Amino acid sequence: MDIPYTVEVRRDTGLTNGKIGIWLFLASEVMLFGALFASYILIRVGAPSWPRGDTFLDVPLATLNTIVLIASSVTMVMAWASLMRRRFGTFRIYMGGTILLGLVFLVVKYFEYSHHFHGGELPRTHNFLAIYFTLTGLHGLHVLGGMVVNAYFWGPGAKLWKTNPVWFTNRVEHSGLFWHFVDLVWIFLFPTLYLL
Amino acid sequence: MTSDHAATSMTSDHAVDIDKHVRVYITVFVALMALTIVTVAVSRYHLPVPIAVTVALIVATIKGSLVACYFMHLISEKKLIYAVLSLTVVFFIALIALPVLTVHDGFWIR
Repeated sequence: MDIPYTVEVRRDTGLTNGKIGIWLFLASEVMLFGALFASYILIRVGAPSWPRGDTFLDVPLATLNTIVLIASSVTMVMAWASLMRRRFGTFRIYMGGTILLGLVFLVVKYFEYSHHFHGGELPRTHNFLAIYFTLTGLHGLHVLGGMVVNAYFWGPGAKLWKTNPVWFTNRVEHSGLFWHFVDLVWIFLFPTLYLL
Repeated sequence: MTSDHAATSMTSDHAVDIDKHVRVYITVFVALMALTIVTVAVSRYHLPVPIAVTVALIVATIKGSLVACYFMHLISEKKLIYAVLSLTVVFFIALIALPVLTVHDGFWIR
């Protein structure tokens, strides 16, 4: 049996099921990161003193990562736009670029983490590092998850383009919404952890 | 442009529409880069914490809104999506307000 309303919109919602599904999922993600941001505020206002992020963290590397992630959001939306223009080859280039930029983000994060670990700066060292590793670790897992989904649509999942291009375009848009959300979370994490 | 547009048709009219959108995406990208530079530059002035937090949050909110409105197409979405997100915003604010309310001597971060 086919999954209903993947291409045509439902009359009652005015949306495809995939679209409403991804937005409901993103709403739950807002609450997940919201809970961690609330924890950050609680720990920070309860501390007698709080270090500036740049005391422990590498701001130039994080700035580079911010640029990388924003660029990946652009390539992601361009991948979708390419499908809307029925240019599958261009889609592959932009989607490949998005995956590569995600990989660059994680490699930079790896260097940041290894620098901390080699310097004996661990989550148990103090509260600042504990909340830093928790927030950036969870965010990093989201980047990894987004890359896996995008790689699927770049590779084996792209077969759908031949049989049902509109459905494939919708699926890429939904994975793009998740990717942009991950970018949006970083936009708030970067100043919160590194610059304040 | 939403998937629902994609659902209805992918014609040459849409291609023209998408070209306009692509120009907007490039403009938003440039704006996001500029705002990132502003965020980092402001942090170098070592402003008092309450002012630094306010400025950083304002710039981050502008950047986040650009991503949500244009890359996530929220500027032209269906009412149901807005309803879901409005409810989310209410609960998110409540969640963030809880730790702030626990502070007896004001909400400024020390």
